[in-house]
Amino acid sequence: RRFPDFSYITQNGRLTDFLDCVIISHFHLDHCGALPYFSEMVGYDGPIYMTHPTKAICPILLEDYRKITVDKKGETNFFTSQMIKDCMKKVVAVHLHQTVQVDEELEIKAYYAGHVLGAAMFQIKVGCESVVYTGDYNMTPDRHLGAAWIDKCRPDLLISESTYATTIRDSKRCRERDFLKKVHETVERGGKVLIPVFALGRAQELCILLETFWERMNLKAPIYFSTGLTEKANHYYKLFITWTNQKIRKTFVQRNMFEFKHIKAFDRAFADNPGPMVVFATPGMLHAGQSLQIFRKWAGNEKNMVIMPGYCVQGTVGHKILSGQRKLEMEGRQILEVKMQVEYMSFSAHADAKGIMQLIRQAEPRNVLLVHGEAKKMEFLKQKIEQEFHVSCFMPANGETTTILTNPCIPVDISLGLLKRETAIGPLPDAKKPKLMHGTLLMKDNSFRLVSPEQALKELGLAEHQLRFTCRVHIQDPRKEHETVLRVYNHLKGILKDYSVQHLPDGSITVESILIQATAHSEDQGTKVLLVSWTYQDEELGSYLTSLLKKGLPQST
Amino acid sequence: FFQYCLSGHPTLPCNVLKFKSTTIMLDCGLDMTSTLNFLPLPLVQSPRLSKLPGWVLKDGSTFLDKELKECSGHVFVDSVPEFCLPETELLDLSTVDVILISNYHCMMALPYITEYTGFTGTVYATEPTVQIGRLLMEELVNSIERVPKAQSASMWKNKEVQRLLPAPLKDAVEVSMWRKCYTMPEVNAALSKIQLVGYSQKIELFGAVQVTPLSSGYALGSSNWIIQSHYEKVSYVSGSSLLTTHPQPMDQASLKNSDVLILTGLTQIPTANPDGMVGEFCSNLAMTVRNGGNVLVPCYPSGVIYDLLECLYQYIDSAGLSNVPFYFISPVANSSLEFSQIFAEWLCHNKQTKVYLPEPPFPHAELIQTNKLKHYPSIHGDFSNDFKQPCVVFTGHPSLRFGDVVHFMELWGKSSLNTVIFTEPDFSYLDALAPYQPLAMKCVYCPIDTRLNFIQVSKLLKEVQPLHVVCPEQYTQPPPTQSHRTDLMVDCQPPAMSYRRAEVLTLPYKRRYEKIEIMPDLADSLVPLEIKPGISLATVSAVLHTKDNKHVLQLPPKPPQPPASKKRKRVSDDVPECKSLKPLLSGSIPMDQFVQTLEKHGFSDVKVEDTAKGHIVLLQEAETLIQLEEDSTHIICDNDEPLRVKLRDLVLKFLQKF
Repeated sequence: RRFPDFSYITQNGRLTDFLDCVIISHFHLDHCGALPYFSEMVGYDGPIYMTHPTKAICPILLEDYRKITVDKKGETNFFTSQMIKDCMKKVVAVHLHQTVQVDEELEIKAYYAGHVLGAAMFQIKVGCESVVYTGDYNMTPDRHLGAAWIDKCRPDLLISESTYATTIRDSKRCRERDFLKKVHETVERGGKVLIPVFALGRAQELCILLETFWERMNLKAPIYFSTGLTEKANHYYKLFITWTNQKIRKTFVQRNMFEFKHIKAFDRAFADNPGPMVVFATPGMLHAGQSLQIFRKWAGNEKNMVIMPGYCVQGTVGHKILSGQRKLEMEGRQILEVKMQVEYMSFSAHADAKGIMQLIRQAEPRNVLLVHGEAKKMEFLKQKIEQEFHVSCFMPANGETTTILTNPCIPVDISLGLLKRETAIGPLPDAKKPKLMHGTLLMKDNSFRLVSPEQALKELGLAEHQLRFTCRVHIQDPRKEHETVLRVYNHLKGILKDYSVQHLPDGSITVESILIQATAHSEDQGTKVLLVSWTYQDEELGSYLTSLLKKGLPQST
Repeated sequence: FFQYCLSGHPTLPCNVLKFKSTTIMLDCGLDMTSTLNFLPLPLVQSPRLSKLPGWVLKDGSTFLDKELKECSGHVFVDSVPEFCLPETELLDLSTVDVILISNYHCMMALPYITEYTGFTGTVYATEPTVQIGRLLMEELVNSIERVPKAQSASMWKNKEVQRLLPAPLKDAVEVSMWRKCYTMPEVNAALSKIQLVGYSQKIELFGAVQVTPLSSGYALGSSNWIIQSHYEKVSYVSGSSLLTTHPQPMDQASLKNSDVLILTGLTQIPTANPDGMVGEFCSNLAMTVRNGGNVLVPCYPSGVIYDLLECLYQYIDSAGLSNVPFYFISPVANSSLEFSQIFAEWLCHNKQTKVYLPEPPFPHAELIQTNKLKHYPSIHGDFSNDFKQPCVVFTGHPSLRFGDVVHFMELWGKSSLNTVIFTEPDFSYLDALAPYQPLAMKCVYCPIDTRLNFIQVSKLLKEVQPLHVVCPEQYTQPPPTQSHRTDLMVDCQPPAMSYRRAEVLTLPYKRRYEKIEIMPDLADSLVPLEIKPGISLATVSAVLHTKDNKHVLQLPPKPPQPPASKKRKRVSDDVPECKSLKPLLSGSIPMDQFVQTLEKHGFSDVKVEDTAKGHIVLLQEAETLIQLEEDSTHIICDNDEPLRVKLRDLVLKFLQKF
C-alpha cells in the first residue's frame, strides 16, 4: 500500500464530516505525500493548514513525486497534477504564533520547529484542553535554520516524533569537520566527490558549509549543483529568509547566504571533465535520475568519493552501497563495480533524546505520546521520560487507540459584585488564609454564571424563605431581669471577642443579628427565660449561643 | 478606564490607556512638522542659505539675527532641526507596562520614551514594522548627524521672545519641549526592547488583558490592536487602508463587538483619490523628462515608494521612458529594497502567489536587474560618477529640511524644466518649499494617502458597530479650511468622543462579570438542581484563590478533626471562627405533607391551627410551636438542641437552597 489507510478515520462516511481540519507540519513527503490522494481521491473538503513556506514548496515536491511515480515508473491510480492544484486550493497558510480559529471552539497555533524551511509544531486547543503535535523538529540550530522553540503552554498531551530516540548525537561541529576533511582530501588528490541530495533541506545546509569552506581555504575546484529544482529551491530560501536562523537573517542585506559564489549550475557534460570537482545531485538515495547517472560514471575510479548525507530506503543503490555491496547489477544485466569510496554522514535534522527531553521541559505537558521510531529505543526513552518528568508516556502501534484522561477546569462567569464582595471580606486580606466564598451557580443552556444567592433568587423571580428559630433558655438567677440581662451581656462580651455584642436600650441583647430577650418565668421568679432568636443564616452562632447559655452564667460577676 | 492623550497629531498618535490594572501606550508617534520652522541642512554649504538676512524685530532690535533668518517673507530658525515629542508630564511614563506599535511611521518617538522616562516594559510590534522602522530611524539619524551644525538656537524659545515672533513660530506649541534627534545607540537600545509578534497572535499581559495585532492594510506589517479582557473589548484602529496596494488586506471582522473603538490615523488628504494621484504622478513625471527636465520625488525610504516603483515599472516602456535613469538615494535604500522582498507573509494575496512561484514579490527587483533603477547610499561616491540627466530621483526627507533632497532642491530649483513632485502627505508642500523661495522649478502636489477616508470610516463603523467611538478632536469637525464640508468628519451614533493633546478621557464601559475557573474536584462535588425547565443551579461554597489576576475556586479544606485526646475544652475554644455562610432558602412548605412528615418522624400529637397568613403547627408534648407562612417559617422551642436540629432538617427538606 502506497498511501496511509484512511479508513481508520471512517469506514462509511465522508472524511469532511469526521475531521475539523488537517494540519501539515512540513513539506517532506512522509508528512504530506498523500495529501492530494486524501483530499481529492478519498475526498476531503475541509480546511488544510500549513505555513507559508510549506504551502509554497509542498506542491512542487508533490508534482515531482507524481512525475517519478507515474511518468517514469508508469504507475496508475495516482493523483494527477490537477488534483495537486485542487488540493492546494483548500490550503490556508498560517503565520507563526498566529491563533487560527478553526471553528467556534477549536483553535490552532504554529511554533517554529527547525528541521526544514517552514517546519512547524502545532498547538491544538479547545477550551482549556490542548495537544501539541511536533511533526519533525530539531532542537539545535544548524547552518541555515534555527532551533525549535515552544513556550510553557502546558498541553494535556505532547505528541513528539522520536526518530532518534536514544541517540545522543556527537556534536554537529565534529560531523561538519569530518565532512569537510573528506571532501577536501578527495579534491586535493584530484578525485571527484558526488553528494546525492534532495533538492530542499540538507542540500542548502551543505552548500553553505562548502561555500564558506571554499572561501576560507581559497579552493579552486568547481562545485556544481544539479539543475532542476535546486536553483528554484535556493530562491525559496532567499524569499523566506525570515524562516532561517538569526545569523543569516541579520546579514542578508549585505550578503545573501543563498546566493552562492562558488557553487554553479551543473551541466551533464561536466561529469566527463578531467580534474577534481564536487557535485550535488538529486535524488538523494541514488535510485534514479542525475545522481545515479553520475554515480555510474565515477564509480569505477578509487580516487573518487560518494558521500551519502542521509538515510536510504532498502532496495535503492544508496542502501546497497552503504551496506557494503561493491558489485551492483544495473539494467541490462550490466555489472557495475564500485571502486570509489563510500561514506555515510548523517545530517538529517531530527531532535535526539536530549532534544526531546528539552522540548518536554519547555512545554511541560501532562502526557507524552511518542510516534515514529524503533520500538525498543522508544521504550527506553519512554521510561526515561516517565522517570524524569513523572508524566505518563505512551507509544501506540499503528492502528492502536490511546485514551488519555484530562481533568479540565470549568470556566464560569462570576458576577463582579460577588467577586468584589468576597475579595473585600475579612478585616485584612490575609494571603495565607483562604477566602471562603458562597455563591449560586446558574446553568442555563451552555452558560455558567456564578452569582450571589440574592441575585440568583431575583433572577429566577423567587422570594426568599426565612427560617427562624427561637429557643427558650432557662437560667437560674434570682436577680432582677435587667440585672440578669447585664450579666448575660458581660458574659457574652467576654467570650465573643470577635463579634459585635450590643446591649440595646429596650433591654435586649444582640450578637451580630441574633436577638436575646429575657423575661421572668411566669411561675418561678428565680428562673429567667432567655429567648434566643436567629435565622438559618446564623445557624452556627445561634446554636452555639444556646448551648453556651444553657451552661449557665459564671458565678462571679 | 482612562485614556491619556500625549500627541495632538491625529496621524502620529501617542495615547496611554489604563485598563484593568495595566498601563498600555498605543503608538509612539513623533510630530516632525516642527522641523518646517527650521532652515534646511545642506550637505555642502549653500551660498544662498548662508547669505539669508537675519531677522530683525519691528522695533529694530537685532538680538535674534543669529538664530532667526528670513527668506521670502518667512522666518526660520537657523539651528539643528528639532522634533515635537509626545507629552511627558501628563502621567509618569515609567509606569507604562507595554507599548503597542501599529506601524513603522508611528514608532519614531520610541527612543525618547524608552530611553528617557525610566520605561522598563516591553514594546510589541510586527517584524516588518521593526525592520522598516529601524531603517526610517537610521535614515533620520544619518541625515542629521552627517551635517554637524555648530549652532543650537534656544533664545527664540523664551516665552517672552516667542510672543514677538511672526506666525507660525509665534503659535508653535510646547517649544521648550522640542528635542534634537536621538542617536543610533539610543535607537538600538530602544529597538532591543521590542518583542516581535504576528497577526492574530494572542499576547497575555499579566493575566488581566489580552492584546492581539490585526492586519490593518496600510503598510508592511501595519496592525490595528485588540485590547480585551473576557468582558470588554477595545479596538485600536490606527493607520488602516481598504485599498489594494502591497500589504495584506485589513482584517475588519475581528473588530466587531467592540465596546470602545479608538480611531486614529485617517487619511490626511480626504479630498484626494490615491489612484488619481498616482496617475497624475506618472504623467507629470513623463512630461518633465520628455522636455529634458529632471524629476525630484521627496519620499520616505519605504512604503508608497514600492507602489510608485511598481506603477513606473508598468508605465515606463509605454511612456517611452526606458532610457531614463531612476535613482533611489538613501543610506537605507538597499536595505529597504531587499527587506521588501522577504516579507511574503505580510503581503497581499497576489504578491504572495508570486513568491510561491518563486519570484520576488515586487517588480523593483527587475528594475534593478535591468539597470533601470539604481540605488545609492548617498550622493557621494558611486552616484556622482553614474549621475546622468535628465533623470528621476527618489530621496528623503519629505520635509525638505535634511537628507539629500536638500542638495537636489538647491541644484534643480533654478530651472523651470525641472519638477518636484510631492507624494508624501505628512507635510504641507507650501511650507516645505518656503525656505527655497523664490523657486523656478515646477511643483506638483500628488499626495498619496491610502489611509481610510470618511466614507470608508462610516462604512466600517456600520459594519463593526462599536458601542462607543473615540477619536482625535480634528475628526469631529470639518477641516478648518473646508468648514462647509460636513462630510469630512466622523459621523456615528452615539457621537464620537473626542480627545486632544494633554487631555485625559474617561472611557465609558460597564462590566458586570469576570472569568473564574472551577477546579475539577470542586465541580465534581456540586449538586445541580433543575429549578425551572432548562435552568439548573448549584450552591457553591468554595475557597477563592487569586493569583496573577486569575481567579480559581477550589474545594474548601476539610475542617481539621479535633484531636481525640483533647483535655478539658475551654469554652472559648468552641467559638465559631468566622461567620460561615449558610445558603439562602426559597420555596414554601406544603402544610399537609409537612404534618405527615412530622408524624412519620414520631411526633404523634401534632395540632394545626389556621392563622391569617398561614398555619401554626403545635407539638404539644415538646412545647414547640412552628409558624408556617408563605415565605417564612419560625420554630419556637425549648432549649432542646437535638429536637431543634431534627425539626430544622425536616423543614429544610421542603426548601431549595441558594
